[in-house]
Amino acid sequence: MTTRGSIRGLKVLLWVSALMPAAWIGAGLFLGWLGVNPIEKVTHVTGLTTLILLLITLAVTPTRRMTRWNPVIQLRRPLGLFAFFYASLHFSIWMALDLSFQLSWIWEDIIERPYITVGFMGFVLLIPLAITSTKGWIRRLSHRWTTLHRLIYATAALGVIHFYWLVKADTRLPILLGTILAVLLVTRIPIWLRKKRHRQAATSQEPISVR
Amino acid sequence: MIIRRPPDIPSSEITPEGVFLNRRAFIKQAAAGTAALAITPSVVSGLQRSIRSQDPDFADLESELSEPVNSWNEITSYNNFYEFGTAKEDPSRNSGSFNPKPWTVAIEGHVNNPGTFELDEFLAPHRIEDRVYRMRCVEAWSMVIPWRGFPLADLIRRAEPTGNAKFVEFTTVVRPDEMPGQRMRVLDFPYIEGLRMDEAMHPLTMLITGVYGDDLPNQNGAPLRLVVPWKYGFKGIKSIVKIRFVEEMPMNTWWFTNAREYGFYANVNPEVDHPRWSQARERRIGELRRRETLMFNGYADQVANMYSELDLTRWI
Repeated sequence: MTTRGSIRGLKVLLWVSALMPAAWIGAGLFLGWLGVNPIEKVTHVTGLTTLILLLITLAVTPTRRMTRWNPVIQLRRPLGLFAFFYASLHFSIWMALDLSFQLSWIWEDIIERPYITVGFMGFVLLIPLAITSTKGWIRRLSHRWTTLHRLIYATAALGVIHFYWLVKADTRLPILLGTILAVLLVTRIPIWLRKKRHRQAATSQEPISVR
Repeated sequence: MIIRRPPDIPSSEITPEGVFLNRRAFIKQAAAGTAALAITPSVVSGLQRSIRSQDPDFADLESELSEPVNSWNEITSYNNFYEFGTAKEDPSRNSGSFNPKPWTVAIEGHVNNPGTFELDEFLAPHRIEDRVYRMRCVEAWSMVIPWRGFPLADLIRRAEPTGNAKFVEFTTVVRPDEMPGQRMRVLDFPYIEGLRMDEAMHPLTMLITGVYGDDLPNQNGAPLRLVVPWKYGFKGIKSIVKIRFVEEMPMNTWWFTNAREYGFYANVNPEVDHPRWSQARERRIGELRRRETLMFNGYADQVANMYSELDLTRWI
């Protein structure tokens, strides 16, 4: 298969699988498999989907490095935007269905409950990334775009903490997601270090002291 | 030791009206000395049919709490019973191979009449009755459940605790072969719960053997569980194999697991939030908008006097 063909195939796969949880929820509303507390179920499904998509998004760059197959980078934006889509659903369900748009309840939750505080922060940090995901913004922000989009590391970490602080005793899944996140971040460290060395080498050309 | 009996709850608070208990018929039968049970069999079987077949009529069942009773499906498909897994649907999915028969219950500790009893023998002396109670989970959801069982106080009187018995400790069965959640060690099994003696003697405190007039399903704690309606649901220990009368306050499983978030008393209290979520409101299963949570889950008139000396913000 040509490179162009396989990346197109991957994109189709991405769209189909990323829409699967939404389709499962939509069908469940009519077919009744969301259980007797559907608000809770839908909140959990959209939240977990957000975290998984964030981790997959963060796996794109290491995958590109390892496989040296550059087209894979084209999956990063749709993955990130799907993560934002599910985060927005998650947030809206919590605000509208769980708390009935009662601003005082919502505010109280954000201020007083650390797991909601961090979850809310993670969502807020994702908003500028979604807005600046267009070609126009990438051009306008230039190198600052890369800096700005490092916020996804913060969002992913806050998301995992949000999940970890929510569960009562069974921390296996949040710990698994946190471990994956840690691995994805650790793989970046040698590259950051190399870049930093390059930069230093570039800026420190004149004051080479001669012993 | 003085065992103070708190004022009885008005019967109107605890007896389901009309629907499942035709009181007039019951009184007549009781007067005639013919009724061992509070429910006439035909009413029960008719009700179970309607619940099981999801007849929309069940939604109209009103308890005398003037709150709708939750359906059989809601009560038996949405459970916290970590012995069978931590997701709400796990207990109904994973409890199929659990076998609550035969079953024995041990009475131990500071009592004059200790022993190990076959379940039938254990239940035989007691008058089984039906009660509709609110059930408020510490996770801020709630249900209204028609339980069947008998007051724990009846058992305690027969066991004859000695003066050293200050608390009652309950233990859940350990059967990792039949309880997949116990193989995961999410909690330190066996599950333990405890009550102060006056709480255990309170007429609202029930040992439960059934729901909706039927035997307890496995996922609800078959064949014997505790229900303390003014406390968070986790106090309602399930599948009990041991009841021990002790002098020291027993350490219950959730208190042991996370003392900052769960305590011994676990009284429903809208004014004392769980560290991670508000306890001021709750979602009644089947309802969209959250309800205000009631002090002591709406049983304050019957139980508040037991805690007049207790700082409820400290003793969570």
